[in-house]
Amino acid sequence: MKISFTLNGRATVVDADQDRRVVDLLREDLGLTGTKESCGTGECGACTILVDGESRLSCLMLASQLEGRAITTIEGIAPEGKAAGDVQEAFVAHGAVQCGFCTPGMILAVHDLLRRDRAPDRARIREAISGNLCRCTGYQKIVDAVCAVVSGRNGAAGGTRGGR
Amino acid sequence: MKIGESVPRHDGSSKATGRERYAADYYGSDFLWAGVKRAGIPHGRLLRIDAEDARRLPGVVSVLTHADVPGPNRQGIIRQDQPVLADGKIRQCGDAVALVLARDRQTLKKAVDSIRVRAEPVQGVFDMEAALAPGAPLVHEDWPSGNLLRHVAVTKGKGGSGLDLCDAVVEFSFETPRQEHAFLETQAGWAFSDEAGKIVIIASTQTPFRDRLEVARALGLDPDRLRVVAPYLGGAFGGKDGLTVQALLALAVLKSEGRPVKMWWDREESFLAGVKRLPARMYYRLGARSDGAMTALACRLYFDAGPYAGLAGEIMTMAVEHAGGPYRIPHVQADGFCVYTNNPASGPFRGFGVPQAASAMEQAVDLLAEKLRMDPVELRMRNLLAPGDRNSIGVAMVHSTFAEECLSTLAGHPLWKDREAWKRSAGRFKRRGVGIACLSHAMGYPKDVPDRAGAKIELTTDGTIRVYAGVSDMGQGNAATYLQIAGHVLDQDADQLELVLPDTERTLPCGSASASRCTYVYGNALIEAAATLRSRVLEAASRLFPCAAGELALVPGGVLRRTTAETLPLSRVSAALSGERSVECFYQAPVAEEDSGVIYLGPHAIFSYGAHLVRVEVDELTGAVEVKDYLAVTDAGRVINPVLFEGQIEGAIAQGLGYGLTEQFSMEEGAIRSTSLATYTVPTALDVPDVTSLSVGRAEETGPFGMKGAGEIAVSGPFPAVANAVAQALGVRVKAGPLTAERLLLAQLDGPGGPQGDAP
Repeated sequence: MKISFTLNGRATVVDADQDRRVVDLLREDLGLTGTKESCGTGECGACTILVDGESRLSCLMLASQLEGRAITTIEGIAPEGKAAGDVQEAFVAHGAVQCGFCTPGMILAVHDLLRRDRAPDRARIREAISGNLCRCTGYQKIVDAVCAVVSGRNGAAGGTRGGR
Repeated sequence: MKIGESVPRHDGSSKATGRERYAADYYGSDFLWAGVKRAGIPHGRLLRIDAEDARRLPGVVSVLTHADVPGPNRQGIIRQDQPVLADGKIRQCGDAVALVLARDRQTLKKAVDSIRVRAEPVQGVFDMEAALAPGAPLVHEDWPSGNLLRHVAVTKGKGGSGLDLCDAVVEFSFETPRQEHAFLETQAGWAFSDEAGKIVIIASTQTPFRDRLEVARALGLDPDRLRVVAPYLGGAFGGKDGLTVQALLALAVLKSEGRPVKMWWDREESFLAGVKRLPARMYYRLGARSDGAMTALACRLYFDAGPYAGLAGEIMTMAVEHAGGPYRIPHVQADGFCVYTNNPASGPFRGFGVPQAASAMEQAVDLLAEKLRMDPVELRMRNLLAPGDRNSIGVAMVHSTFAEECLSTLAGHPLWKDREAWKRSAGRFKRRGVGIACLSHAMGYPKDVPDRAGAKIELTTDGTIRVYAGVSDMGQGNAATYLQIAGHVLDQDADQLELVLPDTERTLPCGSASASRCTYVYGNALIEAAATLRSRVLEAASRLFPCAAGELALVPGGVLRRTTAETLPLSRVSAALSGERSVECFYQAPVAEEDSGVIYLGPHAIFSYGAHLVRVEVDELTGAVEVKDYLAVTDAGRVINPVLFEGQIEGAIAQGLGYGLTEQFSMEEGAIRSTSLATYTVPTALDVPDVTSLSVGRAEETGPFGMKGAGEIAVSGPFPAVANAVAQALGVRVKAGPLTAERLLLAQLDGPGGPQGDAP
């Protein structure tokens, strides 16, 4: 069936089986391999994408559910004309990336958090990313990176509630 | 780029933007999916494989069995005892029986599911000690020592009879569970035949060079027909040290009618067929004189290899080498038994046998402190290895040895000093404990295995410095560190540096990405190569200017003549160097002076050290443990990149906490009951605290810029530290891990001496 949606800001029409998993559609059919698959059963968060701005697991979504939606993958999260967004930059700067296989999903989960909460503290950040497993970092540097983004977005005076 | 700075890692932005291409990310326009039919029974004689239905399915290109395997059909590193595709016998539920090639994933699954494995069941062996009993069913009928894969014994001083010299002896047994790596990128690869007929395997692997030889041997192919490429790995931790998809992919390519082949295990297959940390059962007797001088240790360590040798015997040997921890103990008898069973195959996992031994030893040390009525820090301090001391297998510590500095830093930290007040302030239905553990971890290969790596560095024609690294980066950041080293030696910035990842055709052999050795051994080779290139560049530039070499300095992108402020671009220097643009250097790590006969494969020479502290709160009503604070002090030499170093310590601690607390891999008669990340629970961001990580920071003289291995040491600390803290909080010490809420709740109900726990 034909499915129309917005993908990373571009109007997109695909011809796909309606029950094709979105993660396969993105990776295999559209070549967007930045979206990772790690468990395939909704337990790890590696395949997280944004659907109308909210984080969703693309391994649990079927192609037909994309109709009329705006999808953002890791490839489309940077602002127009920039190579990387502030969350991506902070992840690199603060050592939040090791093997990197959880990173795209983790970054999209953080975008979802920061849309809902402009100044989360460390506990709130940990809660928000607790659906995204990372086996390398122990999460600490990921939390550091998110705190840095919050400070950056809210200006020097803002900052996070409560430090380490 | 300078040594000692937290330079952002080279691969950070390609990974954070989704551009980095992992082995799992290869697709093509006309390729085949390859998948495996697994045995499903733990032990049996293979009678027949019914695959006609699968072969008839539209879209199925091929179904292969052992009959289609050219060559000996045996893989393995030390001992070749594992079929690529089962022939004659099934020895574990995850044994590969048939290989299917299909046009898409759905067809592949349908085909695999339709295959019937006909086998005559054989009684299995699932317990290590039962497997050694006379009359136990044999996993390999042709192995001379039955189910005993390997026995290693070390005797030092008077051995076990040294216990007679002690005023206090504690006896303690402990069982550690199997642990699943649960890397995010499950086993994956892509393979094809190139124009010259060579089979190219792009795989998520820690061991590209060894894989090439192992695949060639198993399939009876000329190694020159194989090329193995290792992109960045999506995690590995030891679980990709050796073959996973590689031999199967090579076999598939032989029958793929010219099409590329993709194999990517799903999570359940990864849990079923991937190797695990070896479960261990350890019996300890540790004794000291009344003044606290540790005098004798006698221990027996049983390790469950599963059905194939892999590196299981070597892992058990490493446990024996570390059985006495970072202490000087004059009389030691340590016996290790690595046992074949029909449980899932075991293999390397960060720590390589040390986490098991440390879990038992460090609890025994706490018990000894209690018996002697000594403070646990004081008892350890009294016995820690100092430079020149001999470790528990008799090897003298002639390299950097700062175990005492680790512990004294811990003892001076507020998390230790304020512990009593903190424990007293526990809320209702909560109990608190503060536990510690001291650690050592050998770096590199044992004496009889040459620990060698080759570095190649090149000044390209466009003036870029290109580093060829033949050792994989599974995520720890060693590749980025190589660029930092090259940048430092050659005074270049990140923009002037590029990296070639492991490729058996392009990079030099470097050995495995394992054993906390990557940066040490490759870094030493690279420093020499980069320094040689540096002097060649300066020499060529002095001819080109012309001027005295002393007037010149390397600057990012060029050579500066300081006297005139002229800069010569590196591209021009490169043209002048022509054939001299590239430098190759090999480095081989030093070995212990002691005789190889001390222990199987010989002893290690250089060790890292650590002291860990954990503060836990146990819920009396549920048994659940909350880790409140964690302190790790590490002696891993000088730190090249503090953020990368901290990342290793923090990540290893999270893995160690999972190992000690929640990661229960459930099994039943060789069948796995933990089949997903829902039932095998690795720590989330809510389960681990912020870690305080401190480095002693004193140089290992033989190390590149003074560093030594930091990748593994910290994984061994959390389990014993938590166990010691929990025992203190509850007054009950359990006999086996992980310390799940259920186990601790039952232990509390039973009280000391009950079925779950011993009196501490």
